[in-house]
Amino acid sequence: VTITVTINGSLRTLTIDPGDRLLDVLRREGYMGVKVGCRTGDCGACAVLLDGRAVNSCLVFAAKADRADVVTIEGLERDGQLHPVQEAFLDEGAVQCGYCTPGMVISAVDLLSRTADPTEEEIREALSGNLCRCTGYVKQIQAVKRAAERMRRDPR
Amino acid sequence: MTDERRDFRVVGRSERKVDGRALVTGKPIFVADLKLAGTLHVKILGSPHAHAHVLRVDTSGAEAVPGVACVLTRDNTPTTRHTTAGQGFPEPSPYDTRMFDDKVRFVGDRVAAVAADTEEAALAALREIRVDYEPLEPVLSIDDARRDGAPQIHDEADARGIYDASRNVVADIDIDVGDLEEGFAASDELVEVTCETQYAQHTPIETHVVYSYLDPDGRLVLRTSTQVPFHVRRIVATTLGIPIRRIRVIKPRVGGGFGAKQEVLLEDIAALVTWRTGRPAFLQLSRKEEFVAARTRHPMHIRVRLGAGRDGVLRAVEMEARSNTGAYGAHGLTVLSNAGSKTLPLYNKAQNARFYGQAVYTTLPVAGAYRGYGATQAYFPLETAMDELAERLGLDPIELRRRNHIRAGETSPIFVKLGEGREGVSQTLKSCELERCLEVGAQRIGWQEKRGRKRRDGSWVHGVGMTVMMQGSGIPQIDMAAATIKMNEDASFNLLIGATDIGTGSDTVLAQIAAEVLGVPLDRILVTSSDTDVTPFDVGAYASSTTYVSGKAVERAAERTRAQILDVAAAALAADVSELTLADGAVLGPNGTRISLSDVCLRAMYASDQFQIGAIASCVPSESPPPFLANFAEVAVDTETGRVRVVRYVAAVDCGTPINPRLAEGQMEGAIVNGIGYALTEEMLLSSQGRVRNPSWFDYKILGALDVPPIEVILVDSYEPTGPMGAKSIGEIGINGPIPTIANAIYDAVGVRLWRSPFTAERVLAAMRGRP
Repeated sequence: VTITVTINGSLRTLTIDPGDRLLDVLRREGYMGVKVGCRTGDCGACAVLLDGRAVNSCLVFAAKADRADVVTIEGLERDGQLHPVQEAFLDEGAVQCGYCTPGMVISAVDLLSRTADPTEEEIREALSGNLCRCTGYVKQIQAVKRAAERMRRDPR
Repeated sequence: MTDERRDFRVVGRSERKVDGRALVTGKPIFVADLKLAGTLHVKILGSPHAHAHVLRVDTSGAEAVPGVACVLTRDNTPTTRHTTAGQGFPEPSPYDTRMFDDKVRFVGDRVAAVAADTEEAALAALREIRVDYEPLEPVLSIDDARRDGAPQIHDEADARGIYDASRNVVADIDIDVGDLEEGFAASDELVEVTCETQYAQHTPIETHVVYSYLDPDGRLVLRTSTQVPFHVRRIVATTLGIPIRRIRVIKPRVGGGFGAKQEVLLEDIAALVTWRTGRPAFLQLSRKEEFVAARTRHPMHIRVRLGAGRDGVLRAVEMEARSNTGAYGAHGLTVLSNAGSKTLPLYNKAQNARFYGQAVYTTLPVAGAYRGYGATQAYFPLETAMDELAERLGLDPIELRRRNHIRAGETSPIFVKLGEGREGVSQTLKSCELERCLEVGAQRIGWQEKRGRKRRDGSWVHGVGMTVMMQGSGIPQIDMAAATIKMNEDASFNLLIGATDIGTGSDTVLAQIAAEVLGVPLDRILVTSSDTDVTPFDVGAYASSTTYVSGKAVERAAERTRAQILDVAAAALAADVSELTLADGAVLGPNGTRISLSDVCLRAMYASDQFQIGAIASCVPSESPPPFLANFAEVAVDTETGRVRVVRYVAAVDCGTPINPRLAEGQMEGAIVNGIGYALTEEMLLSSQGRVRNPSWFDYKILGALDVPPIEVILVDSYEPTGPMGAKSIGEIGINGPIPTIANAIYDAVGVRLWRSPFTAERVLAAMRGRP
């Protein structure tokens, strides 16, 4: 089947099998920032924004993205400027191996698009679907707080 | 060497990671992100039996599947016995493994591999392979392996380096100092505990993955997610009989290691597929395969006996460890020896000590290297026994540690008696700030106010516990690291290092050391790491070695490069080297003379006495200075359900100079959270037939952002004179803390001791109700 989907702002027409997962279609199309951790929806490494909300792309049929808007980690930069969440992840030392980072950043971007001033509990809740084995989450939670402050001060 | 730390400009700062931007923007920098056209997809057939002879493997059906290019079995692959342990040569692990063997020894053991045009074709072909097995009796526990008449798991004639294969004993260690029985006889209080730790797995978010292809000259290139690129090259070459010069190993970014990738687990298969077919090959474990067939932490039973006088000084320490290494002996000896060598020197006031240990085979998942490497298991009984001893002596547990822990200027006879798989190396500590770690940690957690108070909150009771520990910085007189630096015309420098950044930030830390010596900002250091064709040798990322060992090599290479810069500048400025200073990208001479580093390089490249400014240097450390750690945990225990909640965790650590404090904290925080999971939730469950019953994150619970308590890491300043810029390593130590610290806090709260990890609600409740 053929789907029409906006990926990181570009309108794309893709031919897919009905059983294809969004994860595999995105990687096939070169969006390698979408990571494979488990393929069972447990780790969140493959998270992308689907119509603005973070989803595990391993659990979404690509067909469901027809006429939808998909944003991957590659789509967060604007005019060479990193998203404030990406900047904050770098500043706070929230990236270690970086394999969970794209999914984690996507979840944080989703949260901050809905909640400008999240509590720590809300941040933990938002990141709870993204497993990280390196960091212990301390600096990632800190980074989301920092990003929220910056975005409130200087909305994009 | 003098204490120069106050002068640091780049070191000691929390610089952004040099690879951070690529990681945070999702660039294609992991193994699976780049594939050439015509790539073969490889899948492995695992054994359904825990123990069986392989009588016949019929691959005719598989070969007939369209798209299949290559099927590998024991009938058409090299039979070289080797170890998968990525250790220095000769490896202290037994050579007990073949690519594909006549026998399978755990559920998931390799039987065959298929390479096909697509993953679907490879999976379809696996289903067409017919295997005749003769099932044998499985061996499912340490006790089972040691009993009379137990089936012999490794009965092959060509295995080497097994301590006693007929009794399933991989390794046996027995060392002592002083006179143990005399020490116990002279003691007023004796404490004896036995603890049991579980099967647990690293579960890096990126599973094991390798990509292989031939370069235009027909050489084999392996892009692999590894901690040990040079060991991969050597072991693949030996196993497959391909000369080392025909193999290049490249480590791109790695999605987590923790010891799991100190193992040559997949590279041999992908390499052979490419070598046979000439085509690129891609092989990645699924999450389920990772749980079943990758490596685990050695489960251990460890008995500790302590004897002390009424003065609170230890007279005797005895440790007896039994380790389950699973179906193959990778790291069996060395993890066992580190259970003693990384713990017993901590209490050097005990003049009499003994360590006895045995590692045995079972037909269960294979154990290997895992952050902490035996120390994690051994600190559980040692530090709970110390807690118990403090109570018997009527001493505060902190005070008991103070009376017994090693200090700067002191040594322990254990350092010499017990190293890593062999005798150790004598060392006298030059840095140890454990005393201050205890002080600041106790203050931060509120020890005096909370200890013994059993504060109640409904059915929950709070308690606090503490422990102390040490680890090491590399393997002395064995580990080797080298670094090359060369200068460019814009005063940038290429830093070529064999050291292996697996997310730890070592590329950044090592670049900071180079920048510091060369007097340039961090962005002038261009790091290339872990490419066996391009970078000099380094053993790789294990044994908490990189900052201390590789860092020293970088410091030396930078110092040599700096000396050349000063020589060129001296000629240019017609001054003596002793009159020159290098700082902020320039060399300053007498009377206000000055030459920029860029002009120094241009002069050396094009103008006068031309040569390439640059140097290579190596480091083989003569000792292994331990980092030290004091852990404090506050827990709440639900007396109705047995559930344990960690309320707060404080870790005060002495790692010498933190080259990059934020990255150092990150090492601690990640290790602690992994340790808390190990203490409370993580356990591989095995069926009565040896099958892993919970091979997914859904059923094997690692902690998420909602599960972790507030964690406070305090870097206690110290200066290790033998380390680069005063640094020690910090990669492993943090993971050892949570099990005994939480166990001691549970005791403080509800008065029961837990002897078996993890401390699930079920186990805690049973202990509170007096059931075993």
